[in-house]
Amino acid sequence: MSDFDPKTARAQVAIAGARGVTAGVLSDQPRKDVVRNGLFGSLLFLGIMIALAGLALLVGDNLIKGWPRLNMDLLTNGTSSLPANAGLHSAIIGTLWIMAFVILFIVPLGVGSAVFLEEFTGKESRFARAVEVNVQNLAAVPSIIYGLLGLAFIARGPLSLGFTVITASITLALLVLPVVILVSREAIRAVPPSIREGSMALGATRLQTVRRQILPAAIPGIATGIILAISRAIGETAPLIPLGAATFVTYDPSGPMSGFTAMPLVIFNWVKQPQEEFQVLAAAGIVVLLAVLIAMNSFAIWLRNRYEQRW
Amino acid sequence: MNSRKFFATTSALALLAVGVAACGSDDSTSSDGSSSTPTGLSGELRIDGSSTVGPLTQAVAEQFNADNPDVEISVGESGTGGGFEKFCAGETVMNDASRQIEPEEEALCKKGGVSYEEVQVANDALTVVLNNENPVTCLTVDQLAQIWGPDNPVSSWSDVTDLDADFSAEIERFGPGTDSGTFDYFTDAVNGEEGVQTKDYNNVGEDDNQTVTGVEGSEGGIGYFGYSYYTENEGNLKAAEIDGGDGCVAPSDETVQDGSYQPLGRELYTYINTDMLQSNDALQPFAEYYVDNAVDIAPQIGFIPMTEEQQSASASVVSGG
Repeated sequence: MSDFDPKTARAQVAIAGARGVTAGVLSDQPRKDVVRNGLFGSLLFLGIMIALAGLALLVGDNLIKGWPRLNMDLLTNGTSSLPANAGLHSAIIGTLWIMAFVILFIVPLGVGSAVFLEEFTGKESRFARAVEVNVQNLAAVPSIIYGLLGLAFIARGPLSLGFTVITASITLALLVLPVVILVSREAIRAVPPSIREGSMALGATRLQTVRRQILPAAIPGIATGIILAISRAIGETAPLIPLGAATFVTYDPSGPMSGFTAMPLVIFNWVKQPQEEFQVLAAAGIVVLLAVLIAMNSFAIWLRNRYEQRW
Repeated sequence: MNSRKFFATTSALALLAVGVAACGSDDSTSSDGSSSTPTGLSGELRIDGSSTVGPLTQAVAEQFNADNPDVEISVGESGTGGGFEKFCAGETVMNDASRQIEPEEEALCKKGGVSYEEVQVANDALTVVLNNENPVTCLTVDQLAQIWGPDNPVSSWSDVTDLDADFSAEIERFGPGTDSGTFDYFTDAVNGEEGVQTKDYNNVGEDDNQTVTGVEGSEGGIGYFGYSYYTENEGNLKAAEIDGGDGCVAPSDETVQDGSYQPLGRELYTYINTDMLQSNDALQPFAEYYVDNAVDIAPQIGFIPMTEEQQSASASVVSGG
């Protein structure tokens, strides 16, 4: 083909002919397919647009409604029965305390369970399968059930920790633990067997393999799971209600044994109030909560991209 | 990139959250301390109960706290019944209630070894609201029962007997959920038995603002809730006058206080754990402060205050307790 010169008239006729034939053959039969493809594509596009439109509506509506109250006062005022004085301060402090302890619980427990299930039991063993099914079931249990569990066994009963920050933390940790375990297991499973086998072949023990090879390689996935779990925990209202979360406190929660309130609860309470001003306040509160969530999710994505490894 | 670094980061994150939280609380203690003179009174008051009474207790607590910054007060709103469950287990010192304690709850308190006093703190008018297009102005208890009764409630306004105006729209009902003290009180007063009501209604749960929206948007709409939800939405809705046998009476501060708004005028209470009066230094002063100031605070947040007689009755319960 080296002596083929596309500029000659003959060559151009040939190209035009070939093009015509190709177009004729390809467009003749699949016309239906072209329509179907286009239709399918636009359906998918419509799907994503509905999801995005929902989010945009939520953010936009609350931003517009809550705008007059989106200022520093919202972050520095405590709870109040007078809408003009009300703010999120004690709720934010409460949420931070709760989340701090949630992180302390779920990281070792979640990652530990995942490592045990993936590396220290036979994957096909009956025990591992039973645990897997149960963990997946637990992930689907409605959150209010965890609230009642927390009330019966943590606030009262065997642990008797009362209606405190630590009770809320343990309950929320139990609630999101299945998510952490499931995601961490996936992350560990995604580490190629060659890495594991290579490490073992060089004489490393199981513990050494996990510590030096598996965990470092799985961290991006595990971190994503943990942050998604925290994002879920931060927005949970239902399990906190039976745990005696106050909608109003005159003080800031000051430690694990302190009484508490949390952001979603205060917002939920504001929505219920008859005064119009509280609705504005609730909208502003929702914007703050969304901002915190978006920040956390962005952090998760950044973390994953930064540490991601390809083989 | 190693696992140690990752775990260091996570623990740092957790510590950071603790640090920020701790800083925040230091912050406010110092600002509270400097803004008012401490009375030396300290302690913790955990209060729970009715979401109807909750806002009043919160407002009182807020003012009390300005003078007594070292008393830590929390007010939850798990409902009258939910609150009694904690109160009778000795987990709270006070329980707000939009109705009186029930026999089962009395038994629960007895079992939990909790003795208590009932203190009235305010009044409320259960308000029946109608759409502005609705020409009907007054409803008798019997007519309410025709609309809300458990068996075959009427479906159109034209089927309600002896109305004071002709109206033919379909009836659309909006009411609170069955956990609500307001539901208990209304069903008892209208249908003669607590908890009995037609199931054909829009259950708004604890969110009375949905009733406002619903009745506003439906010509034949009818709903009921506490008086403050009506005063905040006056103009968008109208309140039906209620004929309890002695003529039509509109809900208002006066008609509730003089007892003529019947049978939907009600008293709001808080229950005080009397055993804790000795062990918790802050409880007695707070209870007295509540009764002394509830009359002034109530109107500011849409409550109907106690009459002088009611207040002195409450005051004697608190000081005698």
